[in-house]
Amino acid sequence: MSEREWGFETRQVHSGQRPDPYTGARAQPIFQTASYVFEDAESAAAYFNLQEYGNTYARIMNPTTAAFEERVAALEGGVGAVAFASGLAAQAATLFTLLEPGDHVVAQAALYGGTITQLKHLQRKFGFEVTFVDGDSVDAWRAGVRDNTKALFGETIGNPGGNVLDLAAVAEVAHEAGAPLIVDNTFATPYLCRPAEFGADIVVHSATKFIGGHGTSIGGVVVDCGSFDFANGRFPIVTAPSPAYHGLEFIETYGVYGYLMKLRAESLRDLGACMSPFNAFLFLQGLETLSLRMERHVTNAKTVATWLEQHPAVSRVRYAGLESSPYRALAERYLPKGAGSIFAADLAGGRDAARQFVEKLQIWSHLANVGDAKSLVIHPGSTTHRQLSDEELTGAGIEPGTVRLSVGIETADDLIWDLEQALS
Amino acid sequence: MSYQDPHAIQSILHRAKTIAIVGLSPNELRASHFVGYYLKRHGYRVIPVNPREESILGERSYASLAEIPEPVDVVDIFRAPNAVPEIAREAVAAKAGALWLQYGVISPEGAEIAASGGLDVVMDRCMKVEHARYLGRMHWLGFHTGEITSGRVHG
Repeated sequence: MSEREWGFETRQVHSGQRPDPYTGARAQPIFQTASYVFEDAESAAAYFNLQEYGNTYARIMNPTTAAFEERVAALEGGVGAVAFASGLAAQAATLFTLLEPGDHVVAQAALYGGTITQLKHLQRKFGFEVTFVDGDSVDAWRAGVRDNTKALFGETIGNPGGNVLDLAAVAEVAHEAGAPLIVDNTFATPYLCRPAEFGADIVVHSATKFIGGHGTSIGGVVVDCGSFDFANGRFPIVTAPSPAYHGLEFIETYGVYGYLMKLRAESLRDLGACMSPFNAFLFLQGLETLSLRMERHVTNAKTVATWLEQHPAVSRVRYAGLESSPYRALAERYLPKGAGSIFAADLAGGRDAARQFVEKLQIWSHLANVGDAKSLVIHPGSTTHRQLSDEELTGAGIEPGTVRLSVGIETADDLIWDLEQALS
Repeated sequence: MSYQDPHAIQSILHRAKTIAIVGLSPNELRASHFVGYYLKRHGYRVIPVNPREESILGERSYASLAEIPEPVDVVDIFRAPNAVPEIAREAVAAKAGALWLQYGVISPEGAEIAASGGLDVVMDRCMKVEHARYLGRMHWLGFHTGEITSGRVHG
């Protein structure tokens, strides 16, 4: 009943979860059920017609997952969220809801390799067109826009180059084009940056990373910031009577919640990539400590990056938190609490040196993930980005000797000790 | 005045028993029908105001607020903004408790008329959404209700 604006740390512990009305359980119960009993036939009809907020089938909604969704929305400052089985599923569903064949997307070239691959796949199979542009150049974003551009897609912090997106400027380009700006905020988390505050319209996450923080679960989530007018005449695929829902007009009927209703009731229903309630429970546990972990992540990252930068075996460290970073000014504006804890270092010895380095490490784990409490390392050229051509590799800011580090929350001195012995 | 005060909204939702919906459509795919259906389902007495219909949602429909022969707590409007000032005057004359303007029904003039006449006013908000946020199950679908509570409530 309060009008109080709750602080971030309060929201990360409480939002979306209330003591269970039936049992009084204070912890979030795991509703591990595929389906839900209807009170009566009238209620069942109301739920299926989307006239009432009701549980029907766990592919589309689940109370444990809903608690996670509301909490992420509360942290990002959105009107709501829909969870998915993975970050890539979340992205695919976001575009699936927004686009139709022949539509065009402008995306930055320096994206996560999996996202680039996904966009190219969607382009080929769903008939979308994607133009990849230099994300650092607002002019390049603007030049990429066409009459049929229906979305701009970027990342708060690029992977693995540490590029910081000029959110406000790119949002302006998007809105001039009558298109939403979609931002992958995985590397920043809502603790370090809330893209909605700078004009982003839709925020997507791989929850697998810092949101969970434990590396136990794969998941993704889409947040609608509530800022984009889908009824601007350019999105009949969103606003027109839905043949999949008896002619329901989602935006007219649900207003600011219309896109999310369509994302859930149509795209999640049809694509089927729902988050497991157990994973949602684990992500909720992770979110409770998000701010505490991120504070430690960014402190450790700054310490490690500063140490690596002065090491003779390292030719370059690309961390936006360093004074030397070309993204320093953007990081100060958009990431004042820290530039995350994932960055790349280029080893002077090239490909062979990078391979030897990852094999000699004792604390840092060589694997394909980031954002874990544990420190992680990978050699993108031979793993995550190996499907990219040399030209695409350079476009994504990767050299043969580039290693990507995800700095965990261990004792910083131990992390440096390990790096030192592996570099020697 | 934004006319979106959370306390005022909750107070209206808790107090109201009878809601006249001006511009309620008989078409069950229209937003007004969704709202009317939902509010009736949640125990409010819903009175349609639509001169073109005999009855909607199983309730007799009236041509205007003035014709409704019983007290009205909330006048909920689904009409073009330029129709609002006149309806607001009728709501004041009918001694309604509150004037509620749905999404996109933005009429500062109508709001001012109602507020001056002693009515609580909500503008550019959906009565169904606000009910679901504070009293209903909006959180079941991952929407941000803004609500935080440590107490035990009934679901």
